[in-house]
Amino acid sequence: MSAQATATVVRRPRRRKRDDDPGLAPRLSPLWTFVAWLATLAFFAPVAWMVLTAFHQEADAATNPPSLLAPLTLDQFSLLLERDITPYLLNSAMASVFSTLLVLALAVPAAYALSIKPVEKWTDVMFFFLSTKFLPLIAALLPIYMIVKDIGMLDNIWTLVLLYTAMNLPIAVWMMRSFLAEVPKEILEAAEVDGAGLPTVLLRVVAPVAMPGLAATSLICFIFSWNEFMFAVNLTATQASPAPVFLVGFITNEGLFLARLCAAATLVSLPVLIAGFAAQDKLVRGLSLGAVK
Amino acid sequence: MTTLTELPKPTTRPPVRRTKPTTLSKWRRRFPLLPALIFTIVVTQLPFVATLVISTFQWNILRPDERRFTGLSNYTLVFTDDRLRHAVLNTGVLTASVVVLSVLLGLGLALLLDRRFRGRGLARTLLIAPFLVMPVAAALLWKHAIYNPDYGLLNGTLNAVYRLFGADNGPTVDWISTFPMPALVIALVWQWTPFMMLILLAGLQAQPGDVLEAARVDGASAVQTFRHITLPHLRQYIELGIVLGSIFVVQTFDAVFTITQGGPGSQTTNLPYEIYLTMFRKFEYGQAAAAGVVVVIGSIVIATFALRVVASLFREETSR
Repeated sequence: MSAQATATVVRRPRRRKRDDDPGLAPRLSPLWTFVAWLATLAFFAPVAWMVLTAFHQEADAATNPPSLLAPLTLDQFSLLLERDITPYLLNSAMASVFSTLLVLALAVPAAYALSIKPVEKWTDVMFFFLSTKFLPLIAALLPIYMIVKDIGMLDNIWTLVLLYTAMNLPIAVWMMRSFLAEVPKEILEAAEVDGAGLPTVLLRVVAPVAMPGLAATSLICFIFSWNEFMFAVNLTATQASPAPVFLVGFITNEGLFLARLCAAATLVSLPVLIAGFAAQDKLVRGLSLGAVK
Repeated sequence: MTTLTELPKPTTRPPVRRTKPTTLSKWRRRFPLLPALIFTIVVTQLPFVATLVISTFQWNILRPDERRFTGLSNYTLVFTDDRLRHAVLNTGVLTASVVVLSVLLGLGLALLLDRRFRGRGLARTLLIAPFLVMPVAAALLWKHAIYNPDYGLLNGTLNAVYRLFGADNGPTVDWISTFPMPALVIALVWQWTPFMMLILLAGLQAQPGDVLEAARVDGASAVQTFRHITLPHLRQYIELGIVLGSIFVVQTFDAVFTITQGGPGSQTTNLPYEIYLTMFRKFEYGQAAAAGVVVVIGSIVIATFALRVVASLFREETSR
């Protein structure tokens, strides 16, 4: 398939029509519709089970065979919230939000220098950023741990903020570049010819095109930071631990608190679930580093 | 991308630069790039250099006096030590099976969801949920709520089925200790299939409709159309899925840490978990670093392939 074909097909409004207009996409036969729904429900079942168990009492959660019809309750959630989960959620929120802001502050100018006014050898720079994603985090954990320990930054939110920023920056640069590359060069040049200064160009021409991209990039960075586990569990102890650490930490007597475990798992997954459902199509593009439109 | 679909089709661009750039203007161009570049080099490259250096030392922090340079002996250990060799093997098995299975399942789901049926939007939303659940939460969910021999969903359902047919109770299988690797693989495939499905669905929907229609008019069967038109078109999306999946799955730490702790024995210990154990349980810093370097080399092998794939997608974009 030629580049031209991919680009035009994706860009033409027709693609959206194929999604929405019942006349264009072929229909699935009833048998395959059944298969599709069966597969969907099979994949969703563990999530549904987690949420359902979260609304049960411990005694009902640990029965065998499982009791689907046990009375529902909010007890587990209120226990979690009034007892201990709140500081962990706050730590998670802080680490994720601050790191996302820092990523954007670094990635947006970089993407500008890689697309709108590209530096020489900008493709090499792009591949350098990408190559850092191929370094497994675990290989850097040891020196990072030693340095962080030496400068007394263990168990500190800002350590996580910096590490999450480094972890997400390459993805953000790639995504933002692909979004900024959408700004037609003609319009930029026309604006410059008309005497618009850089601030005006950025605000009037670049920003409207780049805004959805900015939102998508933030979302991806937030999700990755929120879900990160290895740095969180190895570099924090009591003060700065985010939600994933709470999850593995609170099951002391294995399995004794199944309902509360499910409630906690539901609670910590909720922000990402909501954000992800709201921006499904943007998720693909972000996760594939902007390569799939 | 909804907002971007309305953009006019890009036409040929005039050359970006008209005059030869001066040194000053070059630096003006580079300036916005520098903070990100410097930050990335400092936080990702320097630790790796440090890892390289540490990997040539014999260094156990419980015996700090015995720290000395040992050259490549840590690497010899990585490749001769049974535990570590096992970890390399486990990493390969885990990564390959998770990626292959989730690509195949993802392809099947993407083909189903590419067509119209009642509630397709809802089905898609429900399907991506496994990917969005926090990985640690997902791992705990599989370990305690599904695989648990006493009150897990799996044995619970088996019991319910057995009772339905008049038997007393089903077998009480301890899934994780009986089938540790499959248990891990299934949990990870469950988590990664939606990701593959989303990439492949994007690929399917970028398929030019007129070609498919032409094939239909020419009397091609569904299977023929799939083999000769859809599959070649999807190839680069499948490659992208394999590459990204491998990069992420090779690094799997949360699931191993949570579901099996690498056990029983070292049956499910992958390299990241083995490195963690070497660092925080055995305190053998030199060995941990050497194993880390081996993981990096392995990743670079995948990455070389990855770069080729991404570069091909990238070329298409820049050449349009």
